[in-house]
Amino acid sequence: MKKLMMKGNEAIAEAAIRAGCRLYFGYPITPQSEIAEYMSRRLPEVGGTFLQTESEVATVNMVYGAACTGKRVMTSTSSPGFSLMQEGISYIAGAELPCVFVNVVRGGPGLGDIQPAQSDYFQATKGGGHGDYRLLVLAPSTLQEAIELTMLAFDLADKYRNPALILADGMIGQMMEPVELPPMRDLSTLPDHSSWALTGAEGRAPRKVTSFNIDPYGLEEMNKRYQEKYRRVEREEQRWEEYKTENAEYLLVGYGTMGRILKSVADRLEEEGLAVGVFRPISLWPFPDRRLKELSEKVRFVFTVEMSSGQMVEDVRLAVDGRIPVHFYGRMGGVVPTPEEVIRAFKKLL
Amino acid sequence: MEVRVAFSGPKSLSGKEFTYCPGCHHGIIHRLVAEVIDELGIQEKTIMVAPVGCSVFAYEFFDVDGTVAPHGRALAVATGMKRALPDRVVFTYQGDGDLAAIGTAETVHAANRGEKLTTIFVNNAVYGMTGGQMAPTTLLGQKTTTTPYGRRAENDGYPIHMSEILSTMRGVAYLERVTVSTPQDIRNAKKAIKKAFLAQIKNIGFGLVEVLSTCPTNWGMTPVEAQQWLLENMTKEFPPKLFIDRVGD
Repeated sequence: MKKLMMKGNEAIAEAAIRAGCRLYFGYPITPQSEIAEYMSRRLPEVGGTFLQTESEVATVNMVYGAACTGKRVMTSTSSPGFSLMQEGISYIAGAELPCVFVNVVRGGPGLGDIQPAQSDYFQATKGGGHGDYRLLVLAPSTLQEAIELTMLAFDLADKYRNPALILADGMIGQMMEPVELPPMRDLSTLPDHSSWALTGAEGRAPRKVTSFNIDPYGLEEMNKRYQEKYRRVEREEQRWEEYKTENAEYLLVGYGTMGRILKSVADRLEEEGLAVGVFRPISLWPFPDRRLKELSEKVRFVFTVEMSSGQMVEDVRLAVDGRIPVHFYGRMGGVVPTPEEVIRAFKKLL
Repeated sequence: MEVRVAFSGPKSLSGKEFTYCPGCHHGIIHRLVAEVIDELGIQEKTIMVAPVGCSVFAYEFFDVDGTVAPHGRALAVATGMKRALPDRVVFTYQGDGDLAAIGTAETVHAANRGEKLTTIFVNNAVYGMTGGQMAPTTLLGQKTTTTPYGRRAENDGYPIHMSEILSTMRGVAYLERVTVSTPQDIRNAKKAIKKAFLAQIKNIGFGLVEVLSTCPTNWGMTPVEAQQWLLENMTKEFPPKLFIDRVGD
């Protein structure tokens, strides 16, 4: 198949269209505004709807409304914008609506900067808004993978009636790489949501879609249903990549852009005669803890590297459960660690 | 003997008992909206978005597809629905706190875009569900649980006039402020509501009807006193008026 040079943000946008998404609502924010720009140009070509909104607060609620109708819908933003969306995402999770979010993460907290960062991991994987809920979170490390995971995000969102999130960073959003695009999804093959979607009650009884139940026992039952779904997701949707883990004595753990850099680190250390493997979580929620636990029984220590003060490392520690040491190295504020500095930090542990 | 139905409720109300207080106007307004939906024959293609506030359960009272939006966001939710299903009829039902305080931005921008949506805006000058706090439309001098000395302009600003603000917007196709205090007012309000739906159905633009409404419970009045207070005070601050009619007859 033909390879194209694409920018990460544009590759994600085109993948969403090829996944059958015909509705995009969004508000510009660096470093992901190319997604909105691409959609504004491309969606009209395929009979879709693009709307530039007045705020991320409005955006997430338009996504909620569109998702109520059972149609594939998405938005994209960057960290401060994703914070603004949290209330609406909580409603969407509570109403069990399928839709896709993209957060091209930048440095924080506050206004922060516009450089690549991984400091929104807690917000993405632990809930983010109010109440007990989870997003399906996928973290690409290459543009080809960003395309594949965007397609997957729509399928998983539909399968579980749950919002899904592509957690990228400014590096993935802004860089260019050769990619292969999948074929356009035939819209007639999209999942059938006619059993619950709000479409006007023609030929059936009217129905309601809400996250609302004033009766605490009723609301507890709703929560039990959510939790049952989340346990099923944890069983069935853990995704990861392993690199040189077969005979590894040490294990590096990182996701997204950092996971990619760690492969270079493992190669360089191999040249120096050290057996170092890489474990790269692809699904951040559900966190791939079962495989990480197995690997932790075979190596001397785990070294987690993140573009944050250390957020995913908490899930790594839970998976490793004290069997071996878990070390951490991170850079903050939008600084991307170089392979050299990671190697130096690693060698201090030997 | 022949039995015939002389009077019944509108088909588009579910029959579920209202949760509103005695003397509150929500019941009248619900009925008018349901009658309009029946008369336009759109029950099976209508989707409603309820707000947060006293009418948070409105989606249960109407026998149409429905949801309830986060506080203030009904018009954003409705925009998403309508953009996904342009041939359906989508309406929001919102109070003054929802539409004119926390949801001001969503209201202004939905109207300005000329979204093909219909909004019923119930203005009772007070936060009802949370127990009678100041609303953006609370009158100067009006006592509420958060303006115990009366609303003071120097601290709380002035009652906000949403319909006047929206009347400057080219996306608006129908805009009227009405009361439902007398049988004549009620008939007029129903006409206005019908036109606000027609603005959407005929694809002309955004339709909104502001209905001045009583809240005897939080105003600390009997229903009769509340009616009088509305007519003597609220209509001075918020005069009933047809602002925009691009629907025609």
